[in-house]
Amino acid sequence: MPSYNTSEFRKGLKVQMDGDPYHMIECNFVKPGKGQALYKCKLKNLLRGTVLDKTYKSGDTIEAADITEIEAQFLYRQTDKFVFMDNTSFEQYELNESQVDEAWKYLKEGMVCSMMLFNNNPISVTPPNHVVLKIEYCEPAVRGNTATNLTKPVKTETGAEFICPAFLEMGDSIRVDTRTGEYIERVRE
Amino acid sequence: MASHSSRASTDWRPTASWATLRRRAELLAELRGFFAERGFLEVETPLASADTVVDRHLDPLGLTLPDDPRRPDVGQRLWLQTSPEFAMKRLVAAGAGPIYQVAKAFRAAERGRWHNPEFTLVEWYRPGDDLAAGVSLLSELGERLLGRGPAEMLTYADAFRRHANVDPLAAPVAELADALRCAGQSWPDGLPVDEPHRDAWLDLVLDALVAPRLGLTRPAIVTHYPASQAALARVATDDPRVAERFELFAAGLELANGYHELLDADVLSERIARANAARQADGKPTLPVESRLLGAMRTGLPACAGCALGFDRLVAVAVGASSLDEVLAFPIERA
Repeated sequence: MPSYNTSEFRKGLKVQMDGDPYHMIECNFVKPGKGQALYKCKLKNLLRGTVLDKTYKSGDTIEAADITEIEAQFLYRQTDKFVFMDNTSFEQYELNESQVDEAWKYLKEGMVCSMMLFNNNPISVTPPNHVVLKIEYCEPAVRGNTATNLTKPVKTETGAEFICPAFLEMGDSIRVDTRTGEYIERVRE
Repeated sequence: MASHSSRASTDWRPTASWATLRRRAELLAELRGFFAERGFLEVETPLASADTVVDRHLDPLGLTLPDDPRRPDVGQRLWLQTSPEFAMKRLVAAGAGPIYQVAKAFRAAERGRWHNPEFTLVEWYRPGDDLAAGVSLLSELGERLLGRGPAEMLTYADAFRRHANVDPLAAPVAELADALRCAGQSWPDGLPVDEPHRDAWLDLVLDALVAPRLGLTRPAIVTHYPASQAALARVATDDPRVAERFELFAAGLELANGYHELLDADVLSERIARANAARQADGKPTLPVESRLLGAMRTGLPACAGCALGFDRLVAVAVGASSLDEVLAFPIERA
């Protein structure tokens, strides 16, 4: 694998340390007094989600990580396994619950997600920013109330709970933002 | 053509707001007034010079001055100044009184939130000044431009004892590493915990633990840097462990660096040789060992104090900016 020199350091770099892939989420150049140039970086472990502070001096290098992103269609869930298919190669990939993380809330059959591969193994999946889900269960709607300041939890077809306006009813469809987990609007189908 | 269209739409615009650029101009006028009231002469010295300051960690941009434009790589080697220090001291040696300059300075490989490879430096020298006079002039200037009161004075050792709980002049290097470890701070892999690397450890502690806590309510001036970091300051006669170097901090940011100036040409030659040896060990090109400044110093540089102020950073503190880009019309990516 090639490596990155400090002069190439920037937010978004995918690097590898001790066999784990990391995402550079922050990199600050500092140079105290008439001293040596330093790069203070925050690196997020893409397998564990933990964040590491690392300091580099100019000229240091970090190995690049073999990370690719593909489009993968969600096929089905089998107990604690989530099965996806690469849309171009038709190869199937399995992710476990911890790899899927919060994305399970949005996964509907046939949904096209962005999947990250590390050394050709899937490590995470990101659903589209906006997803439409059907409400499977909620308390009855408060009649005549269309204000959004009254809220209640609703349960969707994916089994996830969202906080929504109280006027929604079972069978309604809602659009949610997968980055924040927040309700956006009711969708008429 | 593709590269043209991709950088077309907004790249031509300034990154600073008009309100900030106006404030910047006001501060510059204020600064010129400050020096005029005190009888300083505004001077200009070459940005491109055959001489350059020799410092282990300062990298000047070199350029070739060709005689024949058809052979652009053949000609005289010049350096874009990392500061106008050498040339201004030559003016002092030639009999100038108090002088100041608002100059552009260039430093290679320096880009970050508080760094731009091209920046504005205000530099001044006043013959007859000692450390105390140099510090007090800097404090007055800071008070005038920032309006946050006179600077708090503390020594480098005080600052480290107060904010990192470690004595920078006496503590074993392992204690400096411990101070960082206890504060959850990291350092470069493979940086040896030993005496030859003391300055690197001091810089790490300064950057992570000390500087962010300096000058928060009013500016702070830190004096008596370790003699190993004297640069062009004289070593204190009453304590050879420290140099008569001083720095201004405001809002946790280093704004100015001053010296009770070294007068001894032989000592400067030694320091240049040491800096060049260190540069070579770092895999960097060495810089000219002979300079016209050495010639001036051999003839006699009058006792003086001098100081360089990062003007962009001062504006940033004055307007409460969170990066240098907010006070620059065009940072390097848009230059």
